[in-house]
Amino acid sequence: MKSHAELEKIQAEEKISEYKGIYGPKQPKPPLAKNVFYAFVIGGLICVLGQLIKNAFIRFGFEPEQAGNPTVATIIFLGSLATGLGVFDNLARLAGAGTAVPVTGFANAVTAAAMEFRREGLVLGVGGKMFSLAGSVIVFGVVTAFVVGLISALF
Amino acid sequence: MKKKGQTLFFETPPRVRGAAAVVGPKEGLGPFGADFDLVYKDVRAGENSFERGERRMFLEAAKLAMDKAGVSDLKVDFLLAGDLLNQIISSGFVARELNIPYLGLYGACSTFGEAVVLGSVLVDGGFARTVLGVTGSHNCGAERQYRYPTEYGVQRPGTAQWTATGAGAVVLGLEGEIMVRAVTVGKVHDLGVKDPFNMGTAMAPAAADTIFQHFQDTGRDVSEVDLIATGDLGMVGKEVNVSLLERQGLDIAGRYLDCGVMLYYSHQKVDAGGSGCGCAAVVTIAHLFKRLREGDLRRILVVPTGALHSPTSYLQGDSIPCIAHAVLFEAV
Repeated sequence: MKSHAELEKIQAEEKISEYKGIYGPKQPKPPLAKNVFYAFVIGGLICVLGQLIKNAFIRFGFEPEQAGNPTVATIIFLGSLATGLGVFDNLARLAGAGTAVPVTGFANAVTAAAMEFRREGLVLGVGGKMFSLAGSVIVFGVVTAFVVGLISALF
Repeated sequence: MKKKGQTLFFETPPRVRGAAAVVGPKEGLGPFGADFDLVYKDVRAGENSFERGERRMFLEAAKLAMDKAGVSDLKVDFLLAGDLLNQIISSGFVARELNIPYLGLYGACSTFGEAVVLGSVLVDGGFARTVLGVTGSHNCGAERQYRYPTEYGVQRPGTAQWTATGAGAVVLGLEGEIMVRAVTVGKVHDLGVKDPFNMGTAMAPAAADTIFQHFQDTGRDVSEVDLIATGDLGMVGKEVNVSLLERQGLDIAGRYLDCGVMLYYSHQKVDAGGSGCGCAAVVTIAHLFKRLREGDLRRILVVPTGALHSPTSYLQGDSIPCIAHAVLFEAV
C-alpha cells in the first residue's frame, strides 16, 4: 500500500513524462553538421595562426622548446583583444568548441568577466569576478596536473 | 467586480488612459520600430551601465505614458512596477524619482500582466482613479545576471531566447479608448523542464492552463476573441502551447500570436524569439494597442508568461516554475 505522498509523486512523474512526449517532437534539432564544420575550420585556423606565431618566434631566435610560452601568451592577447573589441562572442557563436577549446576560450572567459564587472569597481568587480568563469578551469587544471604528476612519479 | 473561477470581471472596466513603449536599438530595428514612442540608439540609453540604462528606459516610458494620459505624477494614486534585476532595482529606483505611492511586483516576464491585473482591481474597486504600471527588461542586464558576461562567447541552442531591451508603461483610469474587460490570474505550473535555455517549453503549460481557464470562466468561444497573444513563449513554446490546448479541445491556431516571436525579424539572430518583462509590454503597447485603436482588432487576450526560477535554483538542479496571467482588452 502506497502512501498519499508516494502516489502524488508517481502522478507528478507521469505528468512530466507525458509532457516530454508532447514537447519532445517540437524541439529544434541542433545543426550538428554545420556546428562540427565551423568548429573544425575556425578551431583549425586558430591553431594554424598559433603555429605561424610559433615559427616567427623561432625565427627571431627562440629555441623550439621555449617558443611555446610566448606563442600561448600572444594567442591569449589576441583572444582578449577580440573580446574587448566585441567580436569574439559573434565568432564563438558560430565556432562553438572551435574557439572554446584553444586557449582563446580561456582568454575570452577571463576578459569578458573582467570587462563585465568593471562598473562594480577594480577590487571587488574586476579582481573579484575576473575568474568567475575561468576559475574552475584553473582549479580542475591544477587538480588534473597534480594527479597526472603523481601517477607519473609513482610509476 | 465579479469573480468566477480564476477570472475577475470588471463592472466599470478600467480604461487605458495612456501607454508608452521605449526600446533599445535592436528592438528598434524590428518590425515595430516605427510604432515605439522612443528608440534608444545606445544600448545603455546614455547611462554608464546596463542597469542604469534600464532605469532610464523605465522612467522615460513612465513619463511618456503620463504625458499621453494628461496626468502628472501627483495625480497618480499608485505605481505598480516590476523587473528582472535582483531586488527589482529598476522599479524601486524609478519609484524614487516619481512622487507616487509604490508597490513592487515580481512575476518575471509576466509582470506586465500582473501590473494590469492589480491596477484594474484597484481602479474597479474604487481605491484608485489612476494607476501607473511600469515594467521592462534589458538584454545585457539580464544576460549578466542570469547567464554569462555579455562578451562571453557561447553557442546558443535553437530554443534560446533573447531578452528584450525596453520598457512599457500604462496609465489605467476611468477614460480611454481601450478597456480591461476581464483578467484571469494564473496558477504556477512546473512540468519538470530544467533548461533555462528552453524557457518557452517550460512556460507553455502555464500559458495553456491560464488560456483554457479563461475560456472556461468566461464561457466564451475562442472565435469571440480576435487575437490571443502570449508574452514570450518564442517559436518553440508557441507550438507546444498550441498542441497543449488542442489536447484540451481548444483550437487557437488561427488567431494566435506570440509577442516574443513578433518583436524581432528572423534574421536578427534571436534564435527562438524575444523574452523578458519588456517583451510582452512593448509589443502590447506599441503594436496591439495600436491595432485596437485603429479598429483592426476589437477584443484581444494578452497572456504574459513568466519563468520564476533564479540562477541559484537552476544551479541547485531545480526545475522551472512558471506562471501566466491573461488580460482581456477591448476597444471601446
